[in-house]
Amino acid sequence: MGATRRYRLAAGVGAAVLAAGTLTACGSGDQGITVNVYKYPQENFQAIVDSCNAKAGGRYNIVYNKLPREADGQREQMVRRLAAEDDSMDVLGLDVTWTAELAKAGWIREFTGSVKSQVENGTLKTPLETATYEGKLYGAPDNTNVQLLWYRSDLVPTPPKTWDEMISMAEALVAEGKPGQIVGQGKQYEGLVVLFNTLVKSNGGTILDENGTKAIVDDKAVEALEALKKLATSSAIDPSFSNAAEDNARLAMENGNAAFQLNWPYVYAAAQKKPEFAKNFKWAPYPTVSGDQAKVTVGGINYAVSNYTAHPDESFDAVLCLRGAESQKLAALKDGVPPTIRAVYDEPEMAEAYPMKDDILATLENASVRPRTPAYQNVSTVISTILSPPGSIEPQATADRLRQELQDALDSKGVLP
Amino acid sequence: MSHAATEDAVQAETAEPVAPRKKAALSEGKRAERRLGWLLCAPAALTMIAVTGWPILYSVLLSMQRFDLKFPDRTEWIWFDNYITVLSSPYWWNAVWVTVLLTVVTVAVELVLGMSLALIMHRALVGRGIVRTTTLIPYGIVTVVAAFSWRFAWTPGTGYLAEALGGDPVLTEKIPALMVVGLAEIWKTTPFMALLLMAGLALVPDDLLKAAAMDGASGWQRFIRITVPIMKPAILVALLFRTLDAFRIFDNLFVLTAGSQGTSSVSMLTYNNLIKGLNLGIGSTMSVLIFIMVAIIAFVFIKLFGTAAPGSDDGGKR
Repeated sequence: MGATRRYRLAAGVGAAVLAAGTLTACGSGDQGITVNVYKYPQENFQAIVDSCNAKAGGRYNIVYNKLPREADGQREQMVRRLAAEDDSMDVLGLDVTWTAELAKAGWIREFTGSVKSQVENGTLKTPLETATYEGKLYGAPDNTNVQLLWYRSDLVPTPPKTWDEMISMAEALVAEGKPGQIVGQGKQYEGLVVLFNTLVKSNGGTILDENGTKAIVDDKAVEALEALKKLATSSAIDPSFSNAAEDNARLAMENGNAAFQLNWPYVYAAAQKKPEFAKNFKWAPYPTVSGDQAKVTVGGINYAVSNYTAHPDESFDAVLCLRGAESQKLAALKDGVPPTIRAVYDEPEMAEAYPMKDDILATLENASVRPRTPAYQNVSTVISTILSPPGSIEPQATADRLRQELQDALDSKGVLP
Repeated sequence: MSHAATEDAVQAETAEPVAPRKKAALSEGKRAERRLGWLLCAPAALTMIAVTGWPILYSVLLSMQRFDLKFPDRTEWIWFDNYITVLSSPYWWNAVWVTVLLTVVTVAVELVLGMSLALIMHRALVGRGIVRTTTLIPYGIVTVVAAFSWRFAWTPGTGYLAEALGGDPVLTEKIPALMVVGLAEIWKTTPFMALLLMAGLALVPDDLLKAAAMDGASGWQRFIRITVPIMKPAILVALLFRTLDAFRIFDNLFVLTAGSQGTSSVSMLTYNNLIKGLNLGIGSTMSVLIFIMVAIIAFVFIKLFGTAAPGSDDGGKR
């Protein structure tokens, strides 16, 4: 009997806990509308959410739901729930490359009217371009990013302007027995696609046509492949280039093997932890094959509003606050993500955190976007697979194979590797 | 449900005497019993057909359409075009060969290791409990967790195995990565093999072995001539289970390489096309092809090798 009583007690406690849980859940539901934001784990994002909630004045309550850390995991979770018409997702933090796919599938809403003009007003051109598909705006740019050339001023007095100059400078350093390696992203993943896209676009080449329906891969792209092969087979290339992602490149340079690094600006903040290294760690615009200004690939995050949200007005309103100038400044200073609103760069605090902000701005104003097509995931996989490892590229043959397999991917006929 | 079944059963029993009995092969009681058996398992069988039959049929239907969630307005019936696309794709055949290679190698090694482990566990005189427990540990660990520990062990900088072997990033090259995946599979599922084989070992009568020893058969001869033939059904069942399982390898690969550098298995490739690529047509085609391949493996084992569930030999049938 004792056992039965104990069991009853436990059941009672359990029921009470459950009831309490349900009650609090109901309680928060009664207070008003909840706007669920799904975004990658950003360290200080909760502070932005809190301040937007305060501004909303009880009209709605934004809840931050963290997505997985890796881009693939984020996309997969959102896409699966959108395909199932899940109405519990309101605002989505999308990588700049996903806009076309989600817009074409009819999963995200177009920005129109005054919301649209508020998003467009004062926002940098290229990040806006990433949020646009078939002439319509589907996202509000939150943060953006571009790569720069990072070099060691104790080894390289004047930074190179062209690709060949960089390679020959590095080779000369290596021949002298100095740490002259070039490091970058050559692993089979999105980073290689970013590198390839930058080289092609800077060279005036085309991967896909304007509508994203036809694979072009023209002669200028072949030249870009030649440049990539030249880098990958140079005596100055980092020996683990074909396995290197962003952080491998950063570490190789910080460990004193390299004189040149092609990477995102976060490496600057990281370098400050090593003052000896940081004092000679300088940046320059990205080098190009022709010596003209580079058209560097932009990264970053856009906010979109789910098509299945029950509260579209509140969601759009929340987006405007979450990507507002104040929020962007906080994210730029605390989380190190460059803003998409031009005016934020002129804030006084920005000069200290981003000494390279003028170069970032100059690069951003002439930046390029990755191919805009609903099949971007397939396009990216095909490119990184075919270009991997970069040392074995045969420019013309590789370009022909790219054209063929990209076209299959665009026609949803191809098999993804 | 159970209530209805009981009622049916009662009806069946009461209806029995009216039924004509021409063939006297089965006695009345046995026929009633058989009918009761059918009725009792009917609800379960119908449910199974509903929850497994429809998805299978649905994926066959999907595999005959151009059905890409990215292009919802391009959906159309294209019959066997998807099959042509998949079967003429070098990625698919690479995945097939990777899968076959992994299956054959891991199952063969597991059979040898599992048999030795089973013999040890069967014969161990001291510490039988300890031996069995330690053997089963790898099988008890969740596959994904185990795969992560393998991945970290093989990552240069953090892993002891990578450091011990010179610090090369083995998981980023095709052949070394496949060897690591195979190793992880073998480590993980050898205990399962050993368990199944141990059940078979228990079937071998000790008297027979003793008699053979008296006749001068060596240990090896006793193993090959007596133990293995008697254990054959158990060995075949173990092989069938493991082959089917190994052929669908996914979790180890997903964590260790995610299919990069051409290490995709067929399941991994299907996942990439279906879930990542959102191409339901191509992905379903691959699922159907995997289904067919698994069916062929099962057919070969059951019809050609005569695999049967333990205990369902002729003696057990009526």
